[in-house]
Amino acid sequence: MSLLSYFFGSKQKTASVAKERLSLIIAHERGTNRTPDFLPDLQRELIAVISKYVNVGPDDIKVQLEKQDNCEILEVNITLPEQPQK
Amino acid sequence: MARVIVVTSGKGGVGKTTTSASISTGLALRGFKTAVIDFDVGLRNLDLIMGCERRVVYDLINVVNGEANLNQALIKDKHCDNLFILPASQTRDKDALTEEGVEKVLKDLEHLGFDYILCDSPAGIERGAVMALTFADEAIVVSNPEVSSVRDSDRILGILQSKSRRAIEGREPVKEHLLVTRYSPKRVEDGEMLSYKDVQELLRIPLIGVIPESDDVLQASNQGTPAIHLKDSDVATAYLDVVARFLDEDRPLRFVAYEKPGLLKRLFGGK
Repeated sequence: MSLLSYFFGSKQKTASVAKERLSLIIAHERGTNRTPDFLPDLQRELIAVISKYVNVGPDDIKVQLEKQDNCEILEVNITLPEQPQK
Repeated sequence: MARVIVVTSGKGGVGKTTTSASISTGLALRGFKTAVIDFDVGLRNLDLIMGCERRVVYDLINVVNGEANLNQALIKDKHCDNLFILPASQTRDKDALTEEGVEKVLKDLEHLGFDYILCDSPAGIERGAVMALTFADEAIVVSNPEVSSVRDSDRILGILQSKSRRAIEGREPVKEHLLVTRYSPKRVEDGEMLSYKDVQELLRIPLIGVIPESDDVLQASNQGTPAIHLKDSDVATAYLDVVARFLDEDRPLRFVAYEKPGLLKRLFGGK
C-alpha cells in the first residue's frame, strides 16, 4: 500500500487541508462578524442632524463600510430631495 | 501601574487554566507581585490547578458584592510569596459579574501594589469571557493546532478588538500574543497537524511561544502544582521561555523541531 502510494503520489496531507479550510472560513467570518455595530447608530444620528437643515427621510441616507485589503472605506450616501422650483 | 493580562481562547480545553497558572507563577518567580483571577464563575478550576482548593473561603463574587474584602478573598500561593489567587464562585452564575464590580476589583488590586493581574477566562464568548477581557491591557490567546480551536481564537480576537475598554475608548489596542499549546512536532512533520507557523499565519498576531504536548501537564494538575514548577520538563522550560519573552527578553523557540529517536531509545523505549 505504502509502496503503491509512493509510486502514484499519496493523498494530500490533512494538515494542509485544515489550513486551506481555515483560511477560507476565517476570511469569510472576519468579513461578516467584524462590521462594527456603530453603523445603525451613526445612520440614525446623521439623519437627525441632516434633517434639521434639509428634508430627508431615513431611507435617503445609506451608510456602508467596505474593506479593500488593509484599507477601510466608510461610504455615506445622502440623497437630497429635489428643490421645488420657486 | 498594574498590567491586566487576559488568558483567553474561545474554545474550552485548550490550556487556558494551565497557562494562567504557569505564567502567573513565572511572573511571580521573576519577583513581580502577581494576582491570578478565575473568571469561570460556576465552574471554577484554577484553585485545583494551583493546589489551593481547600483554602478557598471567599471568592470573586463575594468581593464584587461587598460580602468580603480583597484581603480576605486572596489566597497566597504555597510556592511563591508574591503570588495570590482570587478564585471564582462555585455556586453563583456568570450574571453575578458586573462591569463596575470587576473594574473595582482590578482597581483595588492595583492599590494593593500588584504589578500583574492575570484574568483566566472561561471558554465561550458569553458574559464571563467578555468580562475577563474587558479591562485587558494584553491578551494571551491560547490555541491548539486544530481547526475548531483556531477558528474560535479568531472569533475571540474579533471580540477583543470590539468589546475591550481599550477598543471602545479608542485607546492603544490590547497587545495580543499567540500561544500555541499541545504541539506535537512529530505530527507536524508527518503532515498531520497544523504547524505553529500555519496558526500564526491564519490568526495574524505575534507568537509568544509554543508549548509541546506532554504527559507532564496531567501529572502537574494531578498534584495541584503549576506545570512550570516541573523541574527539567519540556513544558516547564517552554513556559519559562514564554514568561521571558513576555518580559521582552529574546528566547529562540524550542521543542518545535522533531528529532528522530536514536537506535538506543528505540530499542529500550523511553519517552
